[in-house]
Amino acid sequence: MGKKQIFDAKITANHALSERYSMLTLQLPESVGEMKVLPGQFVEIRVTDSPSTYLRRPISICDYDNMTRVMTLLIRRAGEGTCHLCDLPEGSAVDIVGPLGNGFSIPPEGSSALLAGGGIGVAPLMLLGKRMKEAGVKPTFLLGARTASEILLLEEFSSIGDVAISTDDGSAGEKGYAADNSALSKHYDIVCTCGPKPMMVGIARNARRNGSPCEVSLENLMACGLGACLCCVEPTLKGNLRACVEGPVFNTDMLLWDL
Amino acid sequence: MANCKPTTTGNVNLAVEVAGMRMKNPMLTASGTFGFGEEFADFIDLEQLGGFIVKGTTLEPREGNPYPRMAETPSGMLNAVGLQNKGVDHFISEIYPRIKDLDTNILVNVSGARIEDYVAVAEKLALLDRIPAIEVNISCPNVKQGGMAFGTTTEGAAAVTSAIRKAWPRTLIVKLSPNVTSIADIAKAAEGAGADSVSLINTLMGMAVDVERRRPCLSTVTGGLSGAAVRPVAVRMVWQVAKAVKIPVIGLGGISSGRDAIEFMLAGARAVQIGTANFIDPQVTVKAIEWMADWCVRHGVSDINDIVGEI
Repeated sequence: MGKKQIFDAKITANHALSERYSMLTLQLPESVGEMKVLPGQFVEIRVTDSPSTYLRRPISICDYDNMTRVMTLLIRRAGEGTCHLCDLPEGSAVDIVGPLGNGFSIPPEGSSALLAGGGIGVAPLMLLGKRMKEAGVKPTFLLGARTASEILLLEEFSSIGDVAISTDDGSAGEKGYAADNSALSKHYDIVCTCGPKPMMVGIARNARRNGSPCEVSLENLMACGLGACLCCVEPTLKGNLRACVEGPVFNTDMLLWDL
Repeated sequence: MANCKPTTTGNVNLAVEVAGMRMKNPMLTASGTFGFGEEFADFIDLEQLGGFIVKGTTLEPREGNPYPRMAETPSGMLNAVGLQNKGVDHFISEIYPRIKDLDTNILVNVSGARIEDYVAVAEKLALLDRIPAIEVNISCPNVKQGGMAFGTTTEGAAAVTSAIRKAWPRTLIVKLSPNVTSIADIAKAAEGAGADSVSLINTLMGMAVDVERRRPCLSTVTGGLSGAAVRPVAVRMVWQVAKAVKIPVIGLGGISSGRDAIEFMLAGARAVQIGTANFIDPQVTVKAIEWMADWCVRHGVSDINDIVGEI
């Protein structure tokens, strides 16, 4: 695990991708140096000027380029804190702690991989897909959304690998839940998923049925993000483990989910 | 013992002593908010602290309460972690060797369900020569027998304190619950039973409801409130206790800056602890120490001990 840092980053672009989602592009300062970011890791962002927001907000790292020190974050308007972040103007600075947590596994060259994301859960799959491609693994993305207009970053995912889509209303791809998509009917050397828990449970069940190892990224409520407070724990075969240190990515074989 | 060279900025002395425990400066971190120190080592030099208090430790390992254990509230948070820890033997064999050579004070927070358990933990810790003090938690609101039963009556506080006093030869700090009618009476009972110092306040019992789901936010329904929201309550209680006892008082509860730390010291605290604010700024402790030194310079204070209990 690389060193955790605290730094101010400058927002160089803020694009609303839909009514509910925004993509922030951040320029990190030179002081971060050669920061090692694993796909699946997250940052904790301080939300200032929002009186009801006290704790930092944990946000998945969507993409990071070590050469330019440019980070992108995909944020959903979930509550006051995230709405405030989505409305930050270009040029403003944000106080960030990170990178935090572990990451997804990158399988050996030539492996097959399915990366399944629902809603905001597609965020960590961007850096993961890129790293897999660099490692000689061509990923298949499975993107789930409520409706066609909420499928995020389709062009970017299509440039990395094949894309399968599920929408609740059938306006794009297969109609229904991502967990029922036909892309899940075969074996993969690894299945990685991030999204709402019912979706991840469905994906994990399919993965198990097809003998595919499965890693899930959990969004447990978090306070410190540093392993100190023990608020974000997940029950596992090894007892309650911290989603912010031993996670957020867990192999489903470790979890006590009913699969 | 740690060498504990005092923090000096210009001619200001920030060093304090709490019943035999010498500290470079008054700054400690609150148990349960700072892990074992190591979690913060990427952000600050731990040796700049007056000391840190490691996570509440019990005789046997504890898994703690079910998730969800946390709810954000205005200027604060509720927690119901429930003393999750791997037990005192794990601390001694795995954690202590990694942190014992730090040049700062390492304190262990001790919890238990029965007096014998507290005593057993204290006896084991007494064998470690780099632990100058223990903080006895008689105030955890989050487990049925988390000690708060001892902390809410003068008889209970005196009984657990006097039993541990026999097992613990160095500085004995008793951490008090604010969930009582008269915290000063509990403090006096601990003092009378042999406590060297009292620390206060632990979390205030609180509750939050998710109105959309119509369910409590915490698995345990109620939990402990911490963060800036509790600070005025804590300052009041520190002031009352400092007037009531002769032993040094350690103040905590919502301290988020050097300004807040000075506020507690003026109200009667010899040392302070920063807790929840570590989650928001992992460097808050060292920034606060610098601010306190600057404050002393601005106010012509050459020794920070001179302001303790000025109010």
